[in-house]
Amino acid sequence: MAADIRRKTPEEYLRECQAEEEAVGAQNKGHLKIFLGYASGVGKSFRMLDEARRRRERGQDVVVGAMQPQVPAEVEPLVRKLEVIPLKAGNAVDVEALLHRQPAACIIDGLAYDNPPGFRNATRWQDVKDILEAGIHVIASINVQYVAELREQVEAITGKHVSQTVPLSFIQCADEIEIVDAPPPEAPMDRPGEGMQEHAERLSRLRELALLVTADIVDCQLNDYLERHGIKQRVGASERILICITPRANLREMMEFGQIIAQRFHGELAVAYVKQGNISPEDQSALDARLAIANAAGAHVELLEGNDPAETLLEFARQRGITQLFVGHTQRTGIARLKGSPLDKLIWEGHGIDVCVFPH
Amino acid sequence: MNGQRRGKLKIYMGYAAGVGKTYKMLEEAQDLKASGIDIVVGYFEPHGRQETIAKTEGLEIVPRRQIQYRDSRFEEMDTGAILARHPQVSVVDEFPHTNVPGSERGKRWEDVEVLLAAGIDVLTTMNIQHLESLNDQVWQISGVRVRETVPDWVVQQANEVVMVDLTPGALLHRLQRGVVYERGKAERALQNFFREQNLVALRELALRQAAHEVEHRMPEEHPVPSPLKRHRILVLVTADPKTAMVIRRAKRVSDFLGAECFAVTVQNTGDLSGLATADREAIERHLNFARNLRIETRILEGDDVASTLVDFGRRNQVTQIFLTRPRRKTWPLAFSIDPAQKVLDLAKDMLVVIVSDRDPAKP
Repeated sequence: MAADIRRKTPEEYLRECQAEEEAVGAQNKGHLKIFLGYASGVGKSFRMLDEARRRRERGQDVVVGAMQPQVPAEVEPLVRKLEVIPLKAGNAVDVEALLHRQPAACIIDGLAYDNPPGFRNATRWQDVKDILEAGIHVIASINVQYVAELREQVEAITGKHVSQTVPLSFIQCADEIEIVDAPPPEAPMDRPGEGMQEHAERLSRLRELALLVTADIVDCQLNDYLERHGIKQRVGASERILICITPRANLREMMEFGQIIAQRFHGELAVAYVKQGNISPEDQSALDARLAIANAAGAHVELLEGNDPAETLLEFARQRGITQLFVGHTQRTGIARLKGSPLDKLIWEGHGIDVCVFPH
Repeated sequence: MNGQRRGKLKIYMGYAAGVGKTYKMLEEAQDLKASGIDIVVGYFEPHGRQETIAKTEGLEIVPRRQIQYRDSRFEEMDTGAILARHPQVSVVDEFPHTNVPGSERGKRWEDVEVLLAAGIDVLTTMNIQHLESLNDQVWQISGVRVRETVPDWVVQQANEVVMVDLTPGALLHRLQRGVVYERGKAERALQNFFREQNLVALRELALRQAAHEVEHRMPEEHPVPSPLKRHRILVLVTADPKTAMVIRRAKRVSDFLGAECFAVTVQNTGDLSGLATADREAIERHLNFARNLRIETRILEGDDVASTLVDFGRRNQVTQIFLTRPRRKTWPLAFSIDPAQKVLDLAKDMLVVIVSDRDPAKP
């Protein structure tokens, strides 16, 4: 569902973050913590203020740089305990005043706001970048609706146009991201009007999206961690399916089922083909037809090379953290099986990888 | 009392001790009490955490029940006392807990079932690693075989599952400050379960499961884009200890696909009487395990395991067969064909899934 994130590989994402940090001189850069929600009223304000309270107890100087005008009644007393740097006209954060005041940390609510023309930055999230660069920590919040890369998905759910957004890369580069999860408000039991039900469903879809986006970001962090610590083995916290193309594979069914599994598990789908040297013209044309099916389905086919097809496939699978390998039934039976087929090798040596053998 | 209304269950789901599940649950309990709801604390595990203990202030606590087992006294939730008190809502910490022998029921989630059946709403807490179908994945990630598990259907029945999130960095910080456990225990925890990569992976698992739970509770079922044929999954039960892993995996896949799931064993006598004691006990245990996960089980009569299994599959429109890995053979033994090999040869019209071992990664 949140598959857009994955178009960027973890390595690319990491490089981007590092490049940015180098440009800034990461040593004295402020630390960014983002609370991600899916609707107003799930408790982001409370979590930000609670975070501020705990930091103040530890002696940190925390101020409010931006807070939505109507905070819920139960958080109002929490706001009143903090120093507030007032917003400027047009709801813009007063960056200059913050930089001048130089607190240890500040709260910036509503990252997706656009500033009116004439301010130092066009958007609030760019203001936050400036504040971080000045060495001030930022506690921020945003709803999943305002992530630029998810705009299409969000508009399909809500039917509303989203105009102000924050790029996903900005959120991914945060030092900490936490989801603020809560059930959507329930429709009254006695009179479940149609509008109410649709409203609840919309909120549930946004809630699911927020959880999945966070899971994808955490997945990037996991890969990043494993890479930094030189850990080769990738463990399966999410499902990753690899479809193996062979001349007689029933690729249509494999692709269809792979897409269903990937969708239901919110996992990833990869397709690979191991190049064969001497291949008959019939096999070649059968293979071309299957590659065409994969391409038509929008899949990127990895072309692998190696002397031992099973070993080549396994090596690729291990590297990608594959959890399910889709292959076609072997043609061989009887005596030929006794010598051990490539399938046997996949089954015996694919540690942590389920082998799904499809009918032809 | 308005008789048979079943209580509502809300689960606060986390990914490790110390993320703040109990705190969050008690916060809600305080809100409910403030809004005039009759609420009690049926069970609370303080773990010496001051901030959490403070959150119980003003809440009515039902005293625990003392149970004598061997030479020690244990304390468990007093389900009978909560039933007698019959509040609107009860707080019950640590949903996956196993009760001490001598308790009325084996598991706390079974006690909670009793409260729900009596019309009492329950707020409870659990960590993702206690979900039965994730047991092997959790083992692979953390190297820890979690013994106290909750069957997936129990969690699916909950009215709400809420994710309680905290970054692993912040959790480790809490642990180092001694907020989660006292110092000695905290240090051991940091060496073992609380390694950063474990926490990050478990957090991802919890987030994905929470997303799945939201989807599962959508107001209406949505058609899948491609016409999805009804899947039926068949698991072969043998005495092989890996059978439990295959059952869990098959159940998880069938839950996500909305498929039916059967577990069968094939015996030439049609029952388990002809087996050696160890094998019979292992198969009985596996069949029981499947039934506890709400999988239908059968004992099929047949001389040949593979052909009996595949015939049964064909007659019952099975689309997928789940098997353990065949034993690796060496050349001289090659003629003794493993049933899994034979199923692969016979069931060329079905999807056959060979479930791999998920041994933990070396730290």
